[in-house]
This record gives sequence, C-alpha cells and structure tokens, in this order.
Amino acid sequence: MTTIYVPGDSGALSLGADAVCRAISREAAARRLEVQVVRNGSRGAYWLEPMLEVASERGRLAYGPVSVADVPGLFDARWLQGGAHRLLLGPTEELAWFANQQRLTFERVGVVDPRSVADYVAHGGYQGLRRALSMDPAAVVDRIVRSGLRGRGGAAFPTGIKWKTVLEQPPGQKYVTCNADEGDSGTFSDRMLIEGDPLSLIEGMTIAGIAVGATQGYIYLRAEYPHAWRALTQAIAAAYAADYLGGDVMGSGRRFELEIRVGAGAYICGEETSMLESLEGRRGEVRVRPPLPAVKGLFGRPTIVNNVITLATVPLILREGAEFYAGFGMGRSRGTLPLQLAGNIKHGGLIERAFGLSLRELLYDYGGGSASGRPIRAVQIGGPLGAYVPAAQFDTPLDYEALAAIGAMLGHGGIVVFDDTVDMARMARYAMEFCAIESCGKCTPCRIGSTRGVEIIDHIIAGRDPQGNLERLEALCDLMVQGSLCGLGGMAPFPVQSAMKHFREDFSARAALMGVRPRSAPSAAAADVGGSDDVCN
Amino acid sequence: MHTSAVDRSPDVRRILGQFKDRPGPLLEVLHTVQAAFGFIPPESISLIAEHLNLSRAEVHGVVTFYHHFRCAPPGQHVLQLCRAESCQAVGAEALAAHARARLGVEFHESTPDGRFSLEPVYCLGNCACSPAVMLDGRPYGRVTPERLDALLREADGAPGGDE
Repeated sequence: MTTIYVPGDSGALSLGADAVCRAISREAAARRLEVQVVRNGSRGAYWLEPMLEVASERGRLAYGPVSVADVPGLFDARWLQGGAHRLLLGPTEELAWFANQQRLTFERVGVVDPRSVADYVAHGGYQGLRRALSMDPAAVVDRIVRSGLRGRGGAAFPTGIKWKTVLEQPPGQKYVTCNADEGDSGTFSDRMLIEGDPLSLIEGMTIAGIAVGATQGYIYLRAEYPHAWRALTQAIAAAYAADYLGGDVMGSGRRFELEIRVGAGAYICGEETSMLESLEGRRGEVRVRPPLPAVKGLFGRPTIVNNVITLATVPLILREGAEFYAGFGMGRSRGTLPLQLAGNIKHGGLIERAFGLSLRELLYDYGGGSASGRPIRAVQIGGPLGAYVPAAQFDTPLDYEALAAIGAMLGHGGIVVFDDTVDMARMARYAMEFCAIESCGKCTPCRIGSTRGVEIIDHIIAGRDPQGNLERLEALCDLMVQGSLCGLGGMAPFPVQSAMKHFREDFSARAALMGVRPRSAPSAAAADVGGSDDVCN
Repeated sequence: MHTSAVDRSPDVRRILGQFKDRPGPLLEVLHTVQAAFGFIPPESISLIAEHLNLSRAEVHGVVTFYHHFRCAPPGQHVLQLCRAESCQAVGAEALAAHARARLGVEFHESTPDGRFSLEPVYCLGNCACSPAVMLDGRPYGRVTPERLDALLREADGAPGGDE
C-alpha cells in the first residue's frame, strides 16, 4: 500500500487540499488501488500548495500545485510508482528551496502525522523530555541559558533567564503559559507549527514545567485559528492517552497538565501581561511592570510566558545539547529563526535558517522577487509595529542586533513585501488606524494618539499644510514611543517614522500635487492630544 | 431566526455549570454561549455575572472589549475578510470594496435578508496565500473578486454555516 501525504494545513486547505484529498480517494477506489492518505502539515512552500507527496524508494516525491482536475492524470501517469508528470517536482528533500534551509524547530513539520504520538516519537520526539527528567531542574534551565535561545515572539528576551527567575521563586503553584496569539500580519509560523507538529510544543511546555516546578500549562490560542485548535486538541488528548501529560509524565511521578484557552480577536492579547489578564477572564488590558510575570504572573503566581516557537525549540535543545543549537547563528542571535515571507512575493512561505541570512537573499533567492513582477520597493519586518525597510537596506543581515542598528526589528520573523505601486503614506495611516482599532485603552498616548495620528496623516494626504503636519506627526510619534505603557502604542509609530524617513516623497509630494496653500496650525502634536475619549468604539 | 421571546436561561445555566470549578472562566463561558446561540444574548449577561460573582459591568466590559464576541445574531453566512498589511500588498482593499458593493453592506453589517455578514479580520495567518478570507470558518487563499463571487454564490445555495 502506498502512502500519499495531503497537507491538512489551513493554508493548503485554503487552496483546495480537502477537495483534492476527496478526489484521490474516489480515484483510487475506482481504480481498485489501495492507498493510505496522511494529512500532514505544510512544508511551507505555499506557492506549490496543495503540494502532495508520495512515499517511494527514492524518498518522498513531491507533486504540486495539484488541483482536483489533475488527479486522474496523476493516476494515469502511475504517480504511486513515482511516474513522471508535469507536476512532479522531485524528491522533496532535494528541492533547492528545502535543501538550502536549516530546519531545526520545523524538523518534523510537513513530515509527520500531527495526530500521531508514535510518528512523533519515531522522528526524535520525547527524547528531550526523557533527558530533562533525568536531570536536575537547574541543569535543564542552565542548558536553555547556554543555548542562547531568545524569545521568538518578538521581544527576544533570553528564555533561560526568564526560566531561571521562575525557578528561583519560592515553591508553590507556578504556571507555564504559551502565547499562541499570533496576530502580526505576515506571520504564520506558530499556526504552521501547531497544525503540523503540535506535540513539539506540548513537549516543550512539559519540559518547562518540569524545569521550574510548574504543574499547570495554558496555551492561549487565537480564535482566528480554528484548524490549529483542532490539531492541538487532538494532540493533547493523544499525549494524555500515552501518559506524556497528566499525573505521571513518562512514569516519572511528575505532574503536568495542559489546557487550551481561546482568545477572542484582540491583537493586544499578544502582549504578555494583557494575555495573562485575558487568561484570567478579563479585558485584555496591559499590566504595569514590575512585577514581572516571572515573579507575579497568572493568578498572581510565578509564570513562564513564552511564544510557540520558543517552546517548540526546547525539546531539540534538550535532545541535541546547548552547544549544538548555539552553533547556529551570528553575534548574540543564536540558533535558527523560522522566517515567514508574505505579501507581494512570488514564492511565499516558511524558510528556517540560522540568523545572519541577508534580506536580499531571502527576498530574491528564496522568494523569487515580487509576485507582480514589479520592483520590490519596501518590506515591513516584524508585523504591524515593525519598520518599513527600503531596497537600499536589503543587504542587512537578519539578526536582532543588525536590524535594531538600522532602526528596524525582527520581531516574530514575518516579512511582508510591497512592490513599487505601494503608497507609503497610506501604509503609515494604516499603522495608526490599526493601533486605534486594537488599543486596549488603558494609556492615553496609545488610545488617543493613534486616532490623532490618523487625522494628521489624512491632512497630509489631502495636502493640507504638509510641512506643519509632518512636524506634528513626528512629535506625536515621539510622544507615543516615549509615553505608552506597552509595545502597541510604543511601537506603532515605527512603521510611520520609517515611512516618513525612507519614503518622504510619498508624503511631501502631495503638496505639489494638490497645489495647496499652507494653513496655520498648532506647533506640536501634544496640543492636539486630549480630545475625545471615545476612540476605541 | 432567534427572537427575544425564547428563554435561553436554562441553556446558559447549563453552560455555566460546565465551568463551575475552572479558574478565570469568563472567556470560556462566553465562547460556549456564542457557540450555542451565534451571539451573546444581552439578557444572559446578568445571569453570567451572578454565577461568576462579577458585576454586570464587568461582563459587559469583557463582551465589548473583544472583537470576536457579538451582541446580535450574525447573518446565516459570515464572511471574514483580512485587511492587514500582507493582504493589502496584493489587493485586499480592492477585494474589500468589491465585497461591500456585492453584498451592499459595510463591514460589521449583515445583509437585510440576513444571508451574509461582512466582518473585517486582522490576519488569518494565511499571509503566503494573500488575499485571504474565511467563509463560515473555512479558509480561502489568493482570492480574486471573481473567486469571491463564486464562493458567495456557492454559499448562497447551501443551507448555512457549519462552524
């Protein structure tokens, strides 16, 4: 019996994978052929999805992108025996796009059956937890410290230091929480990992619990990810059934319980203290720090808050050792990062590489340039709060410090590509608009500043006193950066400031275009702040 | 259609019973109530508040804070259209204009016949297949205005959302 892999990843589903799967079953039955279909995750080459794989003596052979209409032809071409067909791409692992990656965190995504504990174990799963259970908790934490792993949610705080703080708190109830509220546009690595290899996240959280003495874990998963919820729910049930979760983890006598909590469409809940508020059943308003969540977090107890990718990388570090992981990367950015290429790009998808790859290599070698065929004018890195980077800076290496040096940030590793038809004043307006929609409302600079920002940019776009309004906008951005309580208001100005800096012509050219007369106005944005309180509704 | 004459309190009480011993259960309760009725019936707020030892203001505050919770029944089919940067980079704004014109509604509104609701969403995590939409919980990628018309026609012939 031949095994066919048909991705059940929601990206593949969005391109018709379910219908292709049904067509394969129909066609196989009609031809009296026995096939076993596995719904794997996506390999991340979304321009080839639905990308199917057939198990063969030469390894797995990839065919894609496959539509329902192609299915009879694939059987006619004897694809179960590796027959030639115009959609045959070759052995998956040998395709240049995969062969040139360094897949560590994503080693099993697209490879295994996400529901199967046996398949997970057969591909190196649970070796890390076994190792952790044989070690002193402090030694587990030390291994994470030495690996150099930093928070992949975007803040890049050293994971081991966070764990050490929780470990050092007095004994009592502690928690491990996973932030799976992946709200940044252009990012989908958390979703792919949860849909394709959820057990690695479950194992990582269990190791965290064992290391710091926490017996309860929560995964805060966004409501926009129903397929990830399904995959995670099935995987948690399978892990409980096989005693990898529960009162006696792997026969060690140690307890670790795990539960999913679903978010409700608030971007701010990706901020860690806001996520904790939401987990406790309240409005997702940010908390003032200190105290840090590691000291006083969920329900007032010491709490680890880590992103999906951070936690899913932990089992590998325990299995292969800290030095193995730290051997990848550059400078203070150790290991690999699953980069996500999106927007106007020919070959969008997930590329896991060690830190240090240049933006240009990513955009052109992996991405193949823009989807429209027009020149790439700007990329936004790190989500809606990330800076816009112009083509002149595409040789910057992708590492935390190098991007910070040009006033950008890597964040969660999402890169959104825009061609030369983009209007950067409009994108700056959108950054402020998004902040106004998603502000939790707790602090004034974010709640009111964002709405004032939209208004000022509207004036600029309409050609009203562009010079004065640009100055006002710069002052407002400065105020929001300095005065906001958390990263939403504090970073929403980054795309605006970078757009003004690198794409000034999109702002200033409007005056000439409109042939307008200057208008007198207050000199500082601060004078404009303090209007209506009613911006969040 | 739901009408206010229906007494939903036994169902709400049963849901509250399910979460009796859970810490911080309000969001879970609201999700389950919305899954049962399609929205959070306004009259359920005081019942939920009473059972969880919260004020009505606190429950109302949570319901209205989160974009996901609705206070009125949605249309039979819910179209969520992504308006975030990645989708904007490949024509989401034109797709949004097309959807508004085709359905004759603005975002956050339902068609007068109750067939469709149009909702904005800020990222479905399908950014490598932008523009992305979700129709009744099913994802669709690389959606052109023509493809959107076909999806809406298909849904209109079907009985309703199943997610």
